[in-house]
Amino acid sequence: MATIVGAVTTSHVPAIGAAIARGLEDDPYWQPFFAGYPPVREWLRERRPDVAVVVYNDHGLNFFLDKMPTFAVGAAPQYPNADEGWGIPTLLPVPGDEDLSWHLVESLVEAEFDIVTCQEMLVDHAFTIPLALLWPGDRAREPWPIRAVPICVNTVLFPLPSVRRCYKLGEALGRAIAAWESDARVLLVGTGGLSHQLDGRRAGFINKAFDLLFMDKLVSDPQWITQYGILDLVELTGTQGVELLNWVIARAALPGAVRKVHAHYHIPISNTAAGLLALAADS
Amino acid sequence: MPGTRRKREIPGTTVFDADQARKGYALNKMCYSFNSAANRAEFLRDEDAYCRKFGLNEAQRDAVRRRDVLALIAAGGNIYYLAKLAGIFGLDVQDIGAQQTGMTKDAFKAKLLAARG
Repeated sequence: MATIVGAVTTSHVPAIGAAIARGLEDDPYWQPFFAGYPPVREWLRERRPDVAVVVYNDHGLNFFLDKMPTFAVGAAPQYPNADEGWGIPTLLPVPGDEDLSWHLVESLVEAEFDIVTCQEMLVDHAFTIPLALLWPGDRAREPWPIRAVPICVNTVLFPLPSVRRCYKLGEALGRAIAAWESDARVLLVGTGGLSHQLDGRRAGFINKAFDLLFMDKLVSDPQWITQYGILDLVELTGTQGVELLNWVIARAALPGAVRKVHAHYHIPISNTAAGLLALAADS
Repeated sequence: MPGTRRKREIPGTTVFDADQARKGYALNKMCYSFNSAANRAEFLRDEDAYCRKFGLNEAQRDAVRRRDVLALIAAGGNIYYLAKLAGIFGLDVQDIGAQQTGMTKDAFKAKLLAARG
């Protein structure tokens, strides 16, 4: 059976992609952000995941409002990145894992999650930037050292799935991965957040106290977040802060107790409170 | 029924719900087209013609002409797609944050830094 090694959750701001492309990791603005990642990379080198299940939200690259799935699962041999319209470099396609994809599709539908299945899927910065942070390199030229399966969550068009529903999806995902007949080592990745709001007169809203509490609770009491409704989260974390749903799904997929490997929090990157959390599932 | 349900008010915040999605579809569809460099160039050659092609209404066309982000949101625009339009004008999310809050960009950046507490 497959082994779940843990979960890494991280923000996915587009400007990070531009900073990586320009080699700004040691720039005074960027250094306090990038400084969070080396301990997580080291842990990944030790735990050697073969495939990452990446829970993220699309920002209008693969999905538009003509067809907006609540939950979509990629089942493609590879996942190309493409022009998103604002000049961050296009990276090489990320190789998929079709066996795992179809196992997840079958398992999730069996568990009564009526997901959308995608045999072709473009992936945007919310998918590629976290992978580029975890496996650094010139990904416009050098192949990715990891396979991946995208799980895309609607955080754009309301109604969004409830926090409770996302938590249950995560649990079903974890059970499915654990039952996959494979020797592969699987990492969960949840991307987006933490608190930020790009739109409206409340643009620039950040809630440090809530973010830090959320990160703590994600380690020790992950169900805590399910007490909130989606509009509570909009109020507490901003209109785009609701991307933390992706973190919830990734965390809920971990079976049993977890160990915190590393946590990092930095304000701001662009308009966003940038969070990073790595959890080992080695109970 | 959309539009008749009582909505929860969150100050300074527009939730992209059914009413916004119905109102803003043409505008958001135009912004989605800006994933393509050829479409961005076509827009820049003749903005009004491009807006007409996507069937934007007068309020939406006026908001595009004025680069007025609050008006674009009021006209149904969703920020994930509007960001692609802002990118054509060379505006980043801090520029549009400053514009919407009526601050200079430096003051907006200072507001973000203040969130460190």
